[in-house]
Amino acid sequence: MITLEHYLFLGAIIFTLGVLGIFLNKKNLIIILMSIELILLSVNINFIAFSAYMNDISGQIFAMLTLTVAAAEAAIGLAILVVFFRNLGSIEVNKINKLKG
Amino acid sequence: MKWQMLNNINNIIFIPEIFLALFSFISLIFGLYVKKNAFRQTSNFAVIILFFTIILVYLDNYSNFADYENLFENSSFISFFKILVLLGSISTIIITKDYFLAIKLKNFEIPILFLFSTLGMMLMISSNNLMSMYLAIELQSLSLYVAAAIKRDSVTSAESGVKYFILGALSSGILLYGCSLIYGFTGSMNFNEINFYLLNYENLNMGLIFGLVFVMVGLAFKVSAVPFHMWTPDVYEGAPNSVTAFFAIVPKIAGVALIYRFCLVPFQNFYLDWSQIVFFLSIASMFLGAIAAIAQTNIKRLLAYSSIGHIGYILIALIAANDNAVKAASIYMFAYMVMNIGIFAIILSIKVKNEFLINIYELKGLSKSNPIVSLSISIIMLSMAGIPPFIGFFGKFYVFIAALQQELYLLSILGVLASVISAFYYLRIIKIMYFDDNTEIINIYFKISYQAKIILFISLFIIIFFIFYPSFLINISSNLIL
Repeated sequence: MITLEHYLFLGAIIFTLGVLGIFLNKKNLIIILMSIELILLSVNINFIAFSAYMNDISGQIFAMLTLTVAAAEAAIGLAILVVFFRNLGSIEVNKINKLKG
Repeated sequence: MKWQMLNNINNIIFIPEIFLALFSFISLIFGLYVKKNAFRQTSNFAVIILFFTIILVYLDNYSNFADYENLFENSSFISFFKILVLLGSISTIIITKDYFLAIKLKNFEIPILFLFSTLGMMLMISSNNLMSMYLAIELQSLSLYVAAAIKRDSVTSAESGVKYFILGALSSGILLYGCSLIYGFTGSMNFNEINFYLLNYENLNMGLIFGLVFVMVGLAFKVSAVPFHMWTPDVYEGAPNSVTAFFAIVPKIAGVALIYRFCLVPFQNFYLDWSQIVFFLSIASMFLGAIAAIAQTNIKRLLAYSSIGHIGYILIALIAANDNAVKAASIYMFAYMVMNIGIFAIILSIKVKNEFLINIYELKGLSKSNPIVSLSISIIMLSMAGIPPFIGFFGKFYVFIAALQQELYLLSILGVLASVISAFYYLRIIKIMYFDDNTEIINIYFKISYQAKIILFISLFIIIFFIFYPSFLINISSNLIL
């Protein structure tokens, strides 16, 4: 029997993986974009689980809207990444070090 | 009554947000079809649109638009902050126009990005639902990510865009996770319904505490409160000066309004739970803003830390959470906006050796070559430090009154201490301009457009003469209802 808790645990695990992916990754900015998607999708699991559990439609509406926002965010993220790549010729995370102080 | 209004197609366009959204799209097409001077014309068009939106917000005191399940709310507090946001973005578009033209960044999309993020901020302030709150925050920040990276051939601009995007998306994700937990454990997304549901409980359960903390983290990131401030100095430094002006002036106002509404509407009965978080954010922001700015020589980094410090003071008023808190916040935000408009109008027009101002030591000898400009900078700096006759003093004054009324003595003492520390770096700029050795002659030019001069003059006028007629703002702000 799969209960609400199982879904919440799944959501929490995926969320943690997403956050860890942002902080632990040393190589590639694309991986960071993927981690951000992972975070947003884990939230969707939460929303849909709650929505089904409570018989309330608004969680599912929110999940649909989150998907749209995630697509927009990925598009803008990739566009910024392209600008960054043109300037530096690389998308390594270590190269993001011009600004500090 | 409200439904009748919405069904009436003649009136729907007079709802400020819909008006602004519609005309933002129209200005996109307008920019495409104008052949000559597209950037300049679109900027002027954007200013006109925002001006009409202010009038509509002012007249729209009573109607709730999109009343479906109370996605949005309207009150005097919300109208006040919307007008502040709109005034801020009008002034920013005017003062930055010549800078954009000077660095040959003439894409007509820039004012449109500002328009869309202003729309996002207006929705953010008036949102009354977790869903509309999240979508408004995203609309606002997606436009700002692009604005930060708008100078495509510059390494620093691209890097600031990447940094802002990654950290912003992470914080939005955390905020969204918090929203999902709050929704799951209360069964509602509406702020008022959440509050109503929570009336039955004495303590928040684990899920709600997590949800509250996660949402607060996301909001603290948006207003750049310590420890979620790390993007601010880098993004301010890397983005073009004119985009930095927008970052400094406008989004903070909307973020502060939202953090007030989020704490004081759905979670008003759980003061102890959120006030601990805000207490820490506030003290850390004030002290980090004051201490870290001492080591800065880049003027934009310095202003970034200064804005972090200002956020700390505004959060003191939030902890007080009494009638005076809202009043203090609105006065402080007004003062913050006016001072930042003034300082950025000056920074964007100073050229040292044919380069725009970067380092504060380049201001050496400004008092000899441009005495009026250096006097204006001194006045704004004194006002930011909170020295009496100027408007910055009143902002801090009302914050501390609100705090003392709730007997928050520790917080008030720490606030005054941080204010004294931060006076050091504000006064250092004055020292550089007036007293530093300036035997070598540096070419400093001050060239400002006619329109920007008017904005600068108005902001200086308000900063200096606010003391003679404070009641115009205090009367408005003491009647604000959340």
